[in-house]
Amino acid sequence: MNFFIVLRKELTEQWRTKRFLIVAAVLVVFGLTSPLLAKFTPDLLKSIPNIPTGLAEMIPVPSVTDAVGQYVKNMAEFGILLVLLMSMGVVAQEKERGTAAMLLTHPVSRLNFLIAKFTALGIMFAVSLAVAALSCWYYTLLLFTALPLGPYLALNGLILVVFLVYIAVTLLCSTLVRTQGAAAGLAFAALVLVAGIGSLPRIGEYFPGRLFTWGAALALGGGDPAWPALGVAAGIIVLALVSACLFFEREEI
Amino acid sequence: MIQTEDLHKHYGAVHALDGLNLTVESGTVFGFLGPNGAGKTTTLRILSGLARPTSGRASVAGLDLASDGRTLSRRIGFLPEEPTFYSWMTPREFLDYLGRLHGLSPLERSARTKELLELVNLAEAGKRRIGGFSRGMRQRLGVAATLVHRPEVLLLDEPVSALDPVGRKEVLELIETLGGQCTVLMSSHILADVERVCNVVGIIAKGRMIVQSPREALMERYAQPVFVAETADTASARRWADRLRIQPWAAAVCVDGEIVRVTVKDIAQARKELLASAVAQEIVLRRYEESRPSLEDVFLQLVNKEAAQ
Repeated sequence: MNFFIVLRKELTEQWRTKRFLIVAAVLVVFGLTSPLLAKFTPDLLKSIPNIPTGLAEMIPVPSVTDAVGQYVKNMAEFGILLVLLMSMGVVAQEKERGTAAMLLTHPVSRLNFLIAKFTALGIMFAVSLAVAALSCWYYTLLLFTALPLGPYLALNGLILVVFLVYIAVTLLCSTLVRTQGAAAGLAFAALVLVAGIGSLPRIGEYFPGRLFTWGAALALGGGDPAWPALGVAAGIIVLALVSACLFFEREEI
Repeated sequence: MIQTEDLHKHYGAVHALDGLNLTVESGTVFGFLGPNGAGKTTTLRILSGLARPTSGRASVAGLDLASDGRTLSRRIGFLPEEPTFYSWMTPREFLDYLGRLHGLSPLERSARTKELLELVNLAEAGKRRIGGFSRGMRQRLGVAATLVHRPEVLLLDEPVSALDPVGRKEVLELIETLGGQCTVLMSSHILADVERVCNVVGIIAKGRMIVQSPREALMERYAQPVFVAETADTASARRWADRLRIQPWAAAVCVDGEIVRVTVKDIAQARKELLASAVAQEIVLRRYEESRPSLEDVFLQLVNKEAAQ
């Protein structure tokens, strides 16, 4: 099937252009430093000269909760930013350079073209996140205690779902415009919009950002499930991909 | 093999195609000529499935583009004016990738890649990254890419515009040999190239086909004798041209710097009066010749007539 031929080319491209390595390296750095920062930040604060009296005693003793919290925070901020940076040009750039026109006059359907890109990005972030999660888990074990594997896997699964949401939305933005710059602007606007709506008190419960808090609570052995947010995340992924495919199918390249 | 009927393409208020009727018979090498903005690229983009007509019908290799567009890519090869590739790939990888998409077996892909790289003189650069290629090398790779699956129809948009004289000669010879094997529709603004390889010519202006005819018939029908003279300076060339334009035997007079090009209706009269006119006007001539009418003369004559209407 031509889908797998295009997917293979996308994965090879990620490898040869070092994008795969960059994503893996950045996520691993955040995975490694999360337990390290959690462990040593209090010590760093205490070592500041002329620290006000009594403040050092107020700094809590670091725990595994801080390590998980730091990991989730890093993925929610820098991980999503990385998703945007890596996804924003994937379609727009090909349209801008003319490679899309070159390829689409050969037997590649526009649906396969888009879905292969989404799948390749998903694989790249899934593998990179797995390596990052493993390094975070190992350092947490060294510095604090072992995190239960099942819930920890669930946390990373939920992080991946949020990543997939942003990959799909950014891919849609990249499909709607013809230049990489415009795709970047639109993708950041979409990020601000989704994050803005997600921070609203009641509505935020149903938005993908809620999956981070659910995942963190799961990894630490508790927390209320956020199934509606998971459903909304899946809905956004499907909606963004269907919209991108419908638009791209009608677009003149 | 290729047919368009009353094809229209509008971009807002701009009518890129305005009722284009085109017929390309099987096995011909069709030269598609027209000034900039005439609609050549738009036509090729529609025929390759990258763009849709606003109205009208088009069919390629027996496939109606409106209903059978999905299978079109297996039957055609399309070369855009500036072919672009994945810069991280090598030509071998790129041709192999296209071979995979067209369902060729590993053995077929390997043989076809080797054969095509040799055909377009890129065998030695087969393992180099395309990102470092010159425009001419990319153009040659583009030609190879259109041939991977041995298409029935080749759509070539300015296929030799970026090539040096040697590369141009080689690619034109290649196109000429393809004539018997597949149908070629080639747009170009280099009329000498079209004259050399195309056996049928179509001239488009303002989105409409002005004329479509076998090359020889076109030349016989429209080519008028031409005299070319080189004067000593631009001012005298212009002065003389103004004088010649009012002569009843002169069909058209063009001035390009010091060169005066006179297309004539009555060659006998022109032979008698042209030099006499130069002497009367005290024009110093460096060169004077009666030249064989070229496709360029026919093209300019027809396009200028269309523009005047």
